[in-house]
Amino acid sequence: MCGIVGVYLKTKKFEKDLGKILSGMLNNMESRGPDSAGFAVYKTENEKNYKYSICINKLNFDDFKNEIIKKVKKPTISQFSDHVILITSDEPEKVIKVINSEFTDISLVGYGRSIEIFKQVGNPKDVVKKFKLETFSGSHGIGHTRMATESAITTDGSHPYSTGEDECLVHNGSLSNHNNLRRELKKQGNIFNSENDTEVAAGYVSNSLSNNKSLKDTLISGLKDLDGFYTFITGTRKGFAVVRDEIACKPAVIAETDDYVSIASEFQAMAHLPSVNSAKIFEPEPGIVYSWGN
Amino acid sequence: MELDLKKLKLRSINETLQNLDRKKNERDFKVINPEGSHALCAGLTEDMNINIKGHVGYYCGGMNQKAHITIEGNAGTGVGENMMSGKIHVKGNASQSAGATAHGGLLIIDGDASSRCGISMKGVDIVVKGSVGHMSGFMSQSGNLIVCGDAGEALGDSLYETNIYIKGKVKSLGADCVEKKMDNKHIKKLKKYLKEAKIKNLKAESFKRYGSARELYNFKIDNLSSY
Repeated sequence: MCGIVGVYLKTKKFEKDLGKILSGMLNNMESRGPDSAGFAVYKTENEKNYKYSICINKLNFDDFKNEIIKKVKKPTISQFSDHVILITSDEPEKVIKVINSEFTDISLVGYGRSIEIFKQVGNPKDVVKKFKLETFSGSHGIGHTRMATESAITTDGSHPYSTGEDECLVHNGSLSNHNNLRRELKKQGNIFNSENDTEVAAGYVSNSLSNNKSLKDTLISGLKDLDGFYTFITGTRKGFAVVRDEIACKPAVIAETDDYVSIASEFQAMAHLPSVNSAKIFEPEPGIVYSWGN
Repeated sequence: MELDLKKLKLRSINETLQNLDRKKNERDFKVINPEGSHALCAGLTEDMNINIKGHVGYYCGGMNQKAHITIEGNAGTGVGENMMSGKIHVKGNASQSAGATAHGGLLIIDGDASSRCGISMKGVDIVVKGSVGHMSGFMSQSGNLIVCGDAGEALGDSLYETNIYIKGKVKSLGADCVEKKMDNKHIKKLKKYLKEAKIKNLKAESFKRYGSARELYNFKIDNLSSY
């Protein structure tokens, strides 16, 4: 099954409440995915620095801090349970190398100038609480509650998947050609950290965006290249898009007002949203890409 | 009687409606704050009127018998699924598989219905004032599916003896589904449904009828004893 949710704010009115809105949506989608949960929040763009979302797992926070200070330029480090947000002016290439080669058992969940990503195994209500999602503000956010089918219940198997700068993707469904596609994408230099099908879809999107295709065109060609059942929500620094496969077995409902557009697997995830009962509510049509922002 | 989902649990509301208090003989209910709850008003078996103020989740009015349910909002997947009799009126849009496998009764949808509307329907009458999505009427066996707007791809794929009436455009017909002649008896029947759904601006004669070419399924009455 799995539950997916997303909010894109069209105005600044609810920016401070983004975390509150998103956590309510994830809590309401517990029934669709009790195994793990995760979310990505896009905050104000940081022009000078990069932000790295890192899951340190069982590593002691102070030990991590003492080590990383020696290895990257002027880091600011904040702890959220077993995740940290590391801010530094160092370029991604260097930092990713440091994280992957100088530490064992920690993983980079995502990075960019705006995105912060958190994901962990456990009930969505607990995951949301431990990362204090309610306190987050931002311009848009995406979340996922997972009922594992295709690969193990691990942090690496949790969504969202981020395979490029300020990019992320969540998925309800399953892909049948992910092994072939992963091989193809690996040949083109893309790196994958799990055996999960969704990571391949995220990699496909990143690969296409890095070839200067727009998010909309990427998802349109994805309809041909990605075989399986899916509703995807993808996020970029300035935008947000939704697409369902042609068969459209996997549900999705969109609610749009002058202030925001939200999407969820089921309406009940959005029942608490401001003035949702007067929103324009519709289901995204099969095989059509819907996008907001850039 | 007003039933508030903010104060009462879904299960207790359904139990109240499934086991009417005969001493009170209360037959009119209002359900408020549904907030997308699933299986609301499922399994009702008696004559009653229920007005739901807001959007509902999956399988609203599923297995319904006799009850008249009005949803003042949108309905999620499978509204009126396996309905036997009674009436369900959705004032907004319905999600996929509306009226799936339903044996009887009347399902009216004022807005659009998504994919697979009337899938495997077995005798229900469905009137959609808007359009329906792809694979509507898939493997439907009997009853009437009336659509005042357009129909998506593969309409009536592998259908048996359902009558499908479409006012607008049909994107494509499914396997073994063909356009059929509108006889007087069909026009008369369609008029009755349009009247029941309070549709005044459309003429029954302007609809096209679709049904099975009977080339795909091999049911022969002479072989009945073999089944």
